[in-house]
Amino acid sequence: MTLDFNALKEEKKGQDTFQHPDFYAVDDLLTEEHKLIRDSVRDWVKREISPIIEACCQEAVFPHHIIKGLGEVGCFGPQIPAEYGGGGLDYISYGLAMQELERGDSGIRSTASVQGSLVMYPIYKFGSEEQKRKYLPKLATGEYMGCFGLTEPDHGSDPGGMRTTLKNINGKYILNGSKMWISNAPFADIAVVWAKADDGKVIGVIAERGMKGFTTPETHNKWSLRASATGELVFDNVEIPEENILPGVRGLKGPLTCLNSARYGISWGAIGAAMDCYESAVKYSKQRHQFGKPIGSFQLQQKKLAEMLTEITKAQLLCWRLGTLMNDGKATPAQISLAKRNNVAMALNIAREARQIHGAMGITGEYPIMRHMANLESVITYEGTHDIHLLILGMEITGENAFA
Amino acid sequence: MNILVCVSPVPDTTTKITFVDNNTKFNTEGVQFIINPYDELALTRALELTEKHGGEVTVITVGTAGTEPVIRKALAIGAAKAIRVNCDPVDSLHTAQAIHSAISNESFDLIFTGRESIDYNSGQVAGLLAELLGMGLLNIVTSIEVEGSDVIATRDIDGGKEKVSHPLPCVASAQKDLCEPRIPNMRGIMQARTKQLNVVEYADAYNDTEYLSYDLPPAKGAVKLIDPANAGELIDLLRSEKKLI
Ligand SMILES: Cc1cc2nc3c(=O)[nH]c(=O)nc-3n(C[C@H](O)[C@H](O)[C@H](O)COP(=O)(O)OP(=O)(O)OC[C@H]3O[C@@H](n4cnc5c(N)ncnc54)[C@H](O)[C@@H]3O)c2cc1C
Repeated sequence: MTLDFNALKEEKKGQDTFQHPDFYAVDDLLTEEHKLIRDSVRDWVKREISPIIEACCQEAVFPHHIIKGLGEVGCFGPQIPAEYGGGGLDYISYGLAMQELERGDSGIRSTASVQGSLVMYPIYKFGSEEQKRKYLPKLATGEYMGCFGLTEPDHGSDPGGMRTTLKNINGKYILNGSKMWISNAPFADIAVVWAKADDGKVIGVIAERGMKGFTTPETHNKWSLRASATGELVFDNVEIPEENILPGVRGLKGPLTCLNSARYGISWGAIGAAMDCYESAVKYSKQRHQFGKPIGSFQLQQKKLAEMLTEITKAQLLCWRLGTLMNDGKATPAQISLAKRNNVAMALNIAREARQIHGAMGITGEYPIMRHMANLESVITYEGTHDIHLLILGMEITGENAFA
Repeated sequence: MNILVCVSPVPDTTTKITFVDNNTKFNTEGVQFIINPYDELALTRALELTEKHGGEVTVITVGTAGTEPVIRKALAIGAAKAIRVNCDPVDSLHTAQAIHSAISNESFDLIFTGRESIDYNSGQVAGLLAELLGMGLLNIVTSIEVEGSDVIATRDIDGGKEKVSHPLPCVASAQKDLCEPRIPNMRGIMQARTKQLNVVEYADAYNDTEYLSYDLPPAKGAVKLIDPANAGELIDLLRSEKKLI
């Protein structure tokens, strides 16, 4: 399926008039620069994403042409230092950018999250100076796209059980195994892959498209994140040059550190999806009349709207505080789990309530609701499921491990 | 070539407009200011021209310190430096005089404004400034190119278009369709932090225009929807209720 993106952009130009709710004047906690970053990403989303996203999702097409724009705006690795091509910005800026992208669509935000937090971040954090210079600037512009391979067919929530191995055979490093549910895999130029080394410890490698024995079959028929490409990474005796091994980390701490950065971005992103649903619901409740009155005048609908605004406001404050902790280098993984778990569930609930407010219209592509709702079903599963984050918090509180 | 772009901060288009001091003053309390959209076009086109022909873009704003976020945005979009004339302009002539005085020691090949600001819509600054500078004016241009020492521009005129050539330096004012406004990127926003923003004073006493009062347009009346099947009802209503026929 080929879509005429230019025609769609022309047809729907200016139709997205989104404005975010800010009931507690959280904007006053932001700097002028934060607001400028947020508004710039929002303007970009209104121009480049909103007009085409419904068609992309209906047709399950990843809009490749937006990669360049995402890079230009600065959505790939805003938190990575500028000397490596990143934005050199703080975590609140990063969060706000993710909020705005996900306000457009969770799939577009996923593409940026993976690139910035799961590919650029591990290379920045654990890579050698040569690896950083070789990959980061090109990843920042989108010239290279990356993906992150942790999940396997038989190991999702329990990545420690992974079967992918990197064996040193006669002085050569050989990668074997497969990864599943990998965002960006079908078109990625490079993959940050986590495998078990000879000592049984997890190790990170950079696999490159074109390496012999490395394939990336696409996963089809998703009902969620349809504008994001998902696939497998299959390694059949792939020889990995030693210079492609990330030297800076051994053990599960490697992938988990990246997940912290990405989960943080998701907790902001979810607010964006929730705001979009809320805004649409408020408008619809004023326009739609039943029993001779706007449906927004009925108490039951007002309850829904009031609770949505309450939850969005709480989530905004939560993220702002978490952002300041991240900036100070003080945020703990459990704090990030709390925010990811709370905010994604919050957004999913708001999508469901907003769907009801829109009645039958809510199930159509005329409104963004059902798309956000379906997307959020992935978001609540990836980067640690809703349950797994609960267990992380449970362990934090009690000191008892309830995972296994 | 060096281009000056005059940037006016205007209230965001979704602002709820209210007045204070007996309806003689716009209430700026809590209002979000943006770059006047026509000025944003002028800025974008100016950047395109300097990218093609070399040189740099300077932006100038006449306004108090509160206008600086708007100026920073212009720098983030790509202007090399900025001037803020520290005065709260009373009207278009005041603005034009303030700009003229601030740039008296500088020379620009092209001075670019928007066709009008979307708040007071006077549309006069470009013309007044051209007069003060003794330069020609290309008003309301939808395209502008530089060829040698001339500019070639397309102007909107009543019922059609006019293509003109004019030697540099001159003043031009931007009309919509000139280009697609540039969205700042994070790198630009970072760089804007350290770009030069010169504040110059302009202290001429000026009180030629006095604002006697502002009035909001009348509120939109109720709309009565008529089913297309009962078009006759419309005639009845126009006759009996509105007494128009
Ligand atoms: C669209 C999409 C994109 C993705 N992108 C990536 C990617 O780019 N890279 C990547 O590596 N992965 C990616 N994933 C995979 C994702 O991270 C995993 O799906 C997730 O970690 C869950 O693993 P699983 O699907 O195997 O579920 P399972 O781990 O099998 O879990 C199934 C259910 O059991 C529950 N459960 C599991 N263990 C416990 C326990 N101890 N106690 C209680 N309940 C438990 C879970 O909460 C869940 O409800 C993606 C997934 C999707 C849907």
